[in-house]
Amino acid sequence: MANSLLKAEHIKISFGNVHALRDVSLEIRPGEIHCLAGENGCGKSTIVKIITGVYQRDGGTIEFAGKEFGKITPIDAINAGIQVIYQDFSLFPNLTVEENLALNTEVASGKKMIHWKKVQEIAREAISKTNFDIDLKAKVEALTVAQKQMVAISRALMYNAKLIIMDEPTTALTKKEVKALFDVILQLKSQGIAILFISHKLDEVFEISDRFTIFRDGKLVATGNTKELDDKKFTFYMTGREFEDKKFEAVHISEKPVLELDGLTMEGAFQDVSFRLHGGEILGITGLLDSGRTELGLAMFGMRRATSGRILRNGEPVVIANPGDAIRHKIGYVPEDRLSEGLFLPRSIGDNIIISEIDKLTRNKIIFDLKKRDAEVAKWVQELEIKTPDPGNASTTLSGGNQQRIVLAKWLACDLDVLILNGPTVGVDIGSKHDIHNILQKLAGNGLAVIIISDDLPEVIQNCSRVLVIRSGRIVKEFQSRDVSEQLIVDAMM
Amino acid sequence: MNNSVKRLFRSNEPYIFLIIVILGIAVQIRSGQFFTANNIVDLLSALIVPGMFALGEFLALIAGGIDVSFPALASLSAYAVTKLLLDREYQGNVFLAFVIAALIGAVLGALNGLLIGYLNLNAMIVTLGTSSIFQGIMQGTLRANQLAAIPAGMKAFGTTALFRGSNAETGISSMLPMTFLVFVAVCIVMYLLLRYTIFGRGIYAIGGNPASAHAAGFNVRRTKFLMYIMIGIIASLSGICRVCMMQQMHPTNMLGMEMNIIAGVVLGGVSLIGGRGTLTGCILGTFLIVLVENSMILLGIPTTWSNVFVGLVILIGVSVSAYQTMHVRRAKSMNTKEAA
Repeated sequence: MANSLLKAEHIKISFGNVHALRDVSLEIRPGEIHCLAGENGCGKSTIVKIITGVYQRDGGTIEFAGKEFGKITPIDAINAGIQVIYQDFSLFPNLTVEENLALNTEVASGKKMIHWKKVQEIAREAISKTNFDIDLKAKVEALTVAQKQMVAISRALMYNAKLIIMDEPTTALTKKEVKALFDVILQLKSQGIAILFISHKLDEVFEISDRFTIFRDGKLVATGNTKELDDKKFTFYMTGREFEDKKFEAVHISEKPVLELDGLTMEGAFQDVSFRLHGGEILGITGLLDSGRTELGLAMFGMRRATSGRILRNGEPVVIANPGDAIRHKIGYVPEDRLSEGLFLPRSIGDNIIISEIDKLTRNKIIFDLKKRDAEVAKWVQELEIKTPDPGNASTTLSGGNQQRIVLAKWLACDLDVLILNGPTVGVDIGSKHDIHNILQKLAGNGLAVIIISDDLPEVIQNCSRVLVIRSGRIVKEFQSRDVSEQLIVDAMM
Repeated sequence: MNNSVKRLFRSNEPYIFLIIVILGIAVQIRSGQFFTANNIVDLLSALIVPGMFALGEFLALIAGGIDVSFPALASLSAYAVTKLLLDREYQGNVFLAFVIAALIGAVLGALNGLLIGYLNLNAMIVTLGTSSIFQGIMQGTLRANQLAAIPAGMKAFGTTALFRGSNAETGISSMLPMTFLVFVAVCIVMYLLLRYTIFGRGIYAIGGNPASAHAAGFNVRRTKFLMYIMIGIIASLSGICRVCMMQQMHPTNMLGMEMNIIAGVVLGGVSLIGGRGTLTGCILGTFLIVLVENSMILLGIPTTWSNVFVGLVILIGVSVSAYQTMHVRRAKSMNTKEAA
């Protein structure tokens, strides 16, 4: 067997009564790109925190670069050459790029004064390692996500890192940026640096990694060469379930369209958008990030105001100037960023479910009826299989997939005719993604008109009966999804 | 446009400076008395005490905190020092007054620092609480009342002119007291501290992202603790300057200054969420408030309306900077779109 850089064996840890890791092992070889995958709560982040000394393990052995690690502190891990790029990058948004790059080194040197020349030297050296071209005097808050990530990576390289751990590094990146990141990762690999790449995105795992390890429920499920892995196996290892991807067929299509757009235009975002949507249909709207797809969704929900054109509900023109109007016309919207726009995270699951229909849960229209509320909450928790011991728990206690279900429940409780979803499964793990697709298909089967705005093409093709492609603010193509391929859509998008 | 010029116009300072200039010209047109030596000297002298308070507040805001206790803290330590020296009939120079005030300020500031830094309590609530305590000690324990006479050294310091400016037309002359030097000294120390020490950069780092600051190796608790001690010292020095300049100790007349000071600092572009702002902005914003407060008479506006005007300037100033950030953000989102 090849020598290994990191060898963690039989790692156990529990928090109170919860066994976060029951017995997992992870082996990383020098200079390899290793992918660690698993659904939310499987213990991915926990093992990273153990390796970096944030948590102390209850059992098991860790060997790094041939040395046995006893108790690890964060400083030990850094000195040994382990660096983590967290999702929030741990940068200082208010400081310049050069200071962000140099500050840790300067503080670690134990000096009392800052030498700005030295700061510049350190910063230049840091970016030269990856040929990263950036204005060193720019404030970090003014950078794009991809640039911030590069700053974090450059900073990590300052410590003679042997292993760089990246925690879901592609979450907020565009396709082009992901490609650029992969180039950097390959470059680091060529310098002999091992990368532990945490992700649950299948295509990324196949594209970049040499070997993989998959955890489920705190246990090691599989590890091996990525070459020997395929889609089916990957999904099975991740979830422990086998999925059949059911392709959606619209069956109960309403006779008249429930929603019509007639020449809807918003200056600077989209122009002359017209389409008809019938009940029972799932309509996909897809396009690049800046195509105007999000603005279109927001305009239908009254969060943004169209400058001209009409929206018709059941054949009648309606004015949708704010979300209140939209809800009154039985249109719901699940935003792209459900965490900031769709949920009151610290509030309970129950409160979140009933928030949009709170007016109806009353006695005599004035007094809030707690019994009605509890019944309603129980109904939706069961209907959408939200996994929680108690709907009184805060929404933060749930995984991304379950949070998305709360958002869905909240809208379904309002008895809608039209539901618009923007990126319904972004950041959601495979199992939940599958469940959400099933729920949407079932809802459409019951006569709801659904619009899915998404650039996840397999998702669009599998779940939508029709697909509109939007490019530079105009609908350029309409496909029936039964006779469309990803390539055809991509060609229309570009 | 080159990058550094662009960056300058994205910040608040040029706009505040512009408002100051416009206001100055308005007063000049209306009264003909703005750009006279004595008026300028008067304004600078009026800037000394609020300016020093603002520097302390600036520190607190940069670190992502806030301090509303400084007027009470300054009153308490200035009163204690004045009373002590009077009782001892101390005849020496002002130096001792500043030293004792700094010590008292450090102790009082340490109380804030302990609660905010080490116990991690909310800075607003803590300083509201300590503000009441400081007032209580002053008025209850020390039974403070107005001291009409002050020690000789302090009196001399407050009446010695560093500089005199007189108006040739009206013959009125004003003087800039020596206390201005204390203000300048504090400014310089603050500049060096924030720019060239790890401690100072730590304050910015904590304001930007406390968790990362901790991960980068800063001792976040100790930094906050020491910072509130510094704020206490600066506020106390300012309190002594005030007493020297007024030639009497009035225990309550500094109270209530905190809101206008905070408004001035924020006007200067210092963010309430921490980490963002410059020393220049802080001083310019404070100067703008001082300017408005002092120019009412020259504009012929009754002093009863002064508060309304200060309020208006604060609202206009904050709106301008909000518009400004909105603009930058829009430009930025356009850029990222192009990049995508």
